[in-house]
Amino acid sequence: MSILAQATEVAVDKATAQAIAGATNAGMAYGLAAIGPGIGIGYLVGQSVQAMARQPEAAGMVRTTMFLGIAFTEALALIGFVVFILLKFV
Amino acid sequence: MGALITSTAQVEGPAPEAVIARDIIKRAAYVTPAFLLVAGLIWGMNGAFSAAYGLTIVVCNFALAAALLTWSANISAGLMMGAALFGYLIRLALIFTAIWLVRDAAWVVMLPLGLTIIIAHLGLLFWEMKFISASLAFPALKPSAVSKESSAQ
Repeated sequence: MSILAQATEVAVDKATAQAIAGATNAGMAYGLAAIGPGIGIGYLVGQSVQAMARQPEAAGMVRTTMFLGIAFTEALALIGFVVFILLKFV
Repeated sequence: MGALITSTAQVEGPAPEAVIARDIIKRAAYVTPAFLLVAGLIWGMNGAFSAAYGLTIVVCNFALAAALLTWSANISAGLMMGAALFGYLIRLALIFTAIWLVRDAAWVVMLPLGLTIIIAHLGLLFWEMKFISASLAFPALKPSAVSKESSAQ
């Protein structure tokens, strides 16, 4: 009886540990995937504001490029996010 | 020579983000049936619902990004920087919340939902690149796309 209970306990602990490890890894992957685009968007917007300050008449053009640049950079974060939801929920 | 832009001055000129976002949303409406059909054929009705939800998330993400940038540029360049950076975080959090809320719903299939988000986001962006002018005269869309949009309104 006690051996069976111990075996069940170990199995439950193993499953819990695996679940915790899975959640941690998925969270780490999402977090790491968001860092790169965050740096990229910061750099992109900083340079765009600088370009607008240097050439205000080109502000519209720069804003177009900036908006598309932000959207493309964000795609990297979205890919990381989708990997996270697939790891976590599937 | 145009007015000097400092971090506290508003960014003058047209707001191309709103025009581009509207055009992207219009194109998203064109491709929605194709996404629903493919997801529906592979994953069934739940797959189609998930693809529709994914498309809604992508479209709302574009619209929110454009609205935040347009609003903040009307106030100051510094705020626009802040809105771009924190907007990124806020939108990621909103997307996470939107998926977290429906994660256990019966109609949600995660694979088509995730694939739709990636494919629609990137596909719509690459498609939109064909219609972007980014010139001094036409900062947002090419003249043909602009005239089509204005004639449609």
